Amino acid sequence: MKKIALISIPVVLLLLGISSYLALVVAPTEATMGDVQRIFYIHVPSGWVAGLCFAINFLASIVYLWKRSLSSDALAAASAEVGVIFGAVLLITGPLWARPVWGIWWTWDARLTTTLILWLIYASYLVLRRFASGGQTQVLAAAFAIFGFADVPIVYFSIRWFRTQHPAPVMGGGPDSGLAPPILHVFLTNLAMFTVLGIIFLVLRYQLAMQEQALESAHAQAALRGVSQ
Amino acid sequence: MTTLAVTRATLWKDLRMEWRSKDAINSMLFFALLVVVIFSFAFNPTAEESRHIAGGLMWVAFLFSAVVALNQTWARELRNQVLDAYRVSPAPPNALFLAKAVGNFLFVTILECLMAPLFVVFYELRSVGPFWQLIVIALLGTWALVVNGTFFGALSIRTRNREIMLPLILFPISIPALLGMVDATTLILTGDGSPFFWMKLLAVYDIVFTSVCLLLFESVLNAE
Repeated sequence: MKKIALISIPVVLLLLGISSYLALVVAPTEATMGDVQRIFYIHVPSGWVAGLCFAINFLASIVYLWKRSLSSDALAAASAEVGVIFGAVLLITGPLWARPVWGIWWTWDARLTTTLILWLIYASYLVLRRFASGGQTQVLAAAFAIFGFADVPIVYFSIRWFRTQHPAPVMGGGPDSGLAPPILHVFLTNLAMFTVLGIIFLVLRYQLAMQEQALESAHAQAALRGVSQ
Repeated sequence: MTTLAVTRATLWKDLRMEWRSKDAINSMLFFALLVVVIFSFAFNPTAEESRHIAGGLMWVAFLFSAVVALNQTWARELRNQVLDAYRVSPAPPNALFLAKAVGNFLFVTILECLMAPLFVVFYELRSVGPFWQLIVIALLGTWALVVNGTFFGALSIRTRNREIMLPLILFPISIPALLGMVDATTLILTGDGSPFFWMKLLAVYDIVFTSVCLLLFESVLNAE
């Protein structure tokens, strides 16, 4: 555990350094928005990592309810926490970009609102984990995770009923969509680095969760021995 | 015993207990009354304004008051270890869940029937759109709040801060349902458009979450 942490800290710093350098220096200035556009290199990869973490959380919760394996619960706990952190980055960088470009910090648009509600759901998942007691935590959390994930499409369609202001997906959209090659290269590099960053955080948090479980069961064993003496 | 028989027996027991004590309905009613009065002071709307905001005020008042009843629904079963007894009995867990959900649905519906005239009086409401649509929205919306509320009540009863936990986990999940209820009610009251999209959305929400609740309730009831 300590060894992994010692190796991963310089790796994390290196990745963050390279991605910031690429986004701030290497990438060309965007024609209409100017330098503000550079936040996109952090904003979109954070959103991707958060979405990935929430999907992992959902799958791990299903596996937990099915197999009752402690490792899948540890993975669920780790992915929810990392997802909430990257989601927070997403929600903070979005308004920073929107203020100069749209002229407003926030709008109740489909994508923004869905992201915010998703973030609230997983934050409440963490609150539930924090306050559930003893061995019930895992089952309660896994059940709630399934509710949270089932809610996502419903939230999205309910909000889409309102007007949408968020830029349409840039890639794979219409014939005019797509990024200029230099922007695309930096973006893809950043996306890969953020994914590695997310995975490092996930692995560290996962091992911490496993140790928490081991500690908890050791306490329980000690208490049982104390009773039997 | 079949699921239906257990459901009926549990529901009947809950209704009889409520009839004798009136714990849930009294605290819910008084709480909703306070919310209506405080909102009325806080916003002090004219008849035209109130038509636009009444949908939101009404459903927020009902949501808050429903939490009061939902918190009591499982706490009642903890006394004398009733829930543990239920766990070791061969009765199907989903029967217990359905009985609790239907019971809460009845309590919240009674609350809505009693509070709706009060809203009309305080906010000078008059529906421009067809009135029957409000009833459909109320039935679908109440079930949406109550089915998840009953399930999350069973979750929050196992946590350290029971009473505060329920709204913390119920409100984020309920946002799309609440949005649907509020917007549909406003559309009907102002006659500005058709609420059919929201009716469909609420129906989908009800079906999805009722299925998820029935699928997962056994695991939650037996969680150790």
